[in-house]
Amino acid sequence: MEWLNAIVQGTLLGGLYALFAAGLSLIFGVMRLVNIAHGDLIVLAAYLGLTVTTATGMHPMAALVIVVPTMALIGYALQRGLLNQTLGDDILPPLLVTFGLSVIIQNGLLEVYTADPQTLNAGALETASVAVGGVAIGILPLLTFAIAIAVIWGLQWTFYHTALGRAFRAVSDNQDIAQLMGLNRRHIFGLAMALALGVTAIAGILLGIRTSFDPSIGGGRLIFGFEAVIIGGLGNLWGTLVGGVILGVAQTIGAKIDPGWQLLAGHIAFLVILAVRPNGLFPRISG
Amino acid sequence: MNLQDYSVSRSSKAARVAALLAAIGLLVLIAAPWWAGRADMRLMGELFLYLSLATLWNLMAGYAGLVSVGQQAYVGFGGYMLFALTMLGGLHPLAAIAAAGVLGALISIPVAVLIFRLRGAYFAIGTWVIAEVFRLSFAQISALGGGSGSSLPVAIVKSLASGRAMREALSYWLALAAAVLVVTAVYLFLRSRQGLALTAIRDNELAAGSLGIDIWRTKFIVYVVTSAFTAMIGALIFLQKLRISPDAAFSVNDWTAFVIFIVVIGGIGTIEGPIIGTLVFFALRETLADLGTTYLIVLGVVAIVVMLKAPKGIWGVIRSRYDLQLFPLGYRVKHIGQSKEN
Repeated sequence: MEWLNAIVQGTLLGGLYALFAAGLSLIFGVMRLVNIAHGDLIVLAAYLGLTVTTATGMHPMAALVIVVPTMALIGYALQRGLLNQTLGDDILPPLLVTFGLSVIIQNGLLEVYTADPQTLNAGALETASVAVGGVAIGILPLLTFAIAIAVIWGLQWTFYHTALGRAFRAVSDNQDIAQLMGLNRRHIFGLAMALALGVTAIAGILLGIRTSFDPSIGGGRLIFGFEAVIIGGLGNLWGTLVGGVILGVAQTIGAKIDPGWQLLAGHIAFLVILAVRPNGLFPRISG
Repeated sequence: MNLQDYSVSRSSKAARVAALLAAIGLLVLIAAPWWAGRADMRLMGELFLYLSLATLWNLMAGYAGLVSVGQQAYVGFGGYMLFALTMLGGLHPLAAIAAAGVLGALISIPVAVLIFRLRGAYFAIGTWVIAEVFRLSFAQISALGGGSGSSLPVAIVKSLASGRAMREALSYWLALAAAVLVVTAVYLFLRSRQGLALTAIRDNELAAGSLGIDIWRTKFIVYVVTSAFTAMIGALIFLQKLRISPDAAFSVNDWTAFVIFIVVIGGIGTIEGPIIGTLVFFALRETLADLGTTYLIVLGVVAIVVMLKAPKGIWGVIRSRYDLQLFPLGYRVKHIGQSKEN
């Protein structure tokens, strides 16, 4: 029963990792950009949530109404103002610019909020649980998993059933021809980053309710999101959810064996899958 | 305009002058224990080790196109090998440093086979995962202090040299020797047949491949050699620090972020770049370090601006303006008739 419990908790944790990964996967799919600052942007969203909740007394989940549009705006501005200038055939500029951005965000947060660990206070939501067949399932992890499914479904729907999604797919396939057909790729990239950081905002708030956070944890979140993307296969959002679940289950089972093994077990699961299936489990596009 | 009027040469006047000045500078630096204070020697020792790390990272990212954000894996590995081999294996520290290099090369082989499956930017994050695996694994080893780390026992430190002054001078010389060795090795490597293949890959991977260069093998060799040297530098770093812990040994800020900033600011893909970058980095650090986190923000902003406005760094700007090359890698055509050098 304890093992079943670990698997269930790990699966639900996977929902959070899928949310970390969804934004990363979306940006890579549309513009082949890997954002090293992604983890720090998740932490930035958590801190924005902290500021909103302490200033207005709102519930963290209600604060999403403010934090999601704010992060989306930041995303659009960041893409148009900075990241569009780095795109091209050379992988070095985007990589090094987002790496610099990561250091800037991390130290900016340190300056404003200090290094003290913080949490978002969600009241009864944090501890509420339901018992299903002898396993106690927390409402918050359940809600996180449901949100992850909803977000991924929403992204899939946007991609394949809206004009915006068509534009995303067009610039992804061939930027120059999309430009000739009257799409402004700079604007489309801005919208993609806005959407990605909107998802990141949700991930950041849920992270902040679930655990304590401080400015230094961004790198770790980037790695979890990245592992979920690679395990699931590039360009496949549902695969990313599966990747998140595999990572989450590996971590909870590792923690069950020895608390020091939690993170290591997740990384080892990733490396094993990389060794056996280099393109991930369900790849759609090649790197 | 006969063909005989022209000759092809690698060397130039600037390069010969630079080599002469470098030789004189090196003699002055070797003599530092007789003219520099203890604090200055410490600072210079640190500078040489950063110069070595930057030169190695530049070889990977600037020439082999292997952008790693996980070089702290080998810095920490080397540091831990120094501690493990001296404390548990009873080796002399100098032997342990050499052994750390060999072990670093050995462990980098399976790592390379695995992460070379990831391309471009995903390779970068993959190297970070490897560094995390190393950090978490060493934190599990209780014989080396687990998560809290350990200090190098006094007996081992004394085995290096009995007096403190001699020890500090030795540690300084080791750092200087490491920097000279790394820069010279990279320079000679780039002038060799393998280096030519590497430069071809950097300029156009597809064309290089079609000329019969084994791209995977060339990159693999660079990765393994870089890992070995990085592990040796790591051992030297922690021989200076005398204390190691997983968080310090595998710090992404200390051993990768700073190194990347040094190379980007100085000029990526040149041998001179990391040297200039290291000097700029230490000058900035000594003047702005009191600002704490603001200093790191400034460094990040400077790196981004350089990457966008002058992607070849400070040395790239100088070279395009004055046509200088202090470490000559390419060949130049000279007109003998007028015996003018360009």
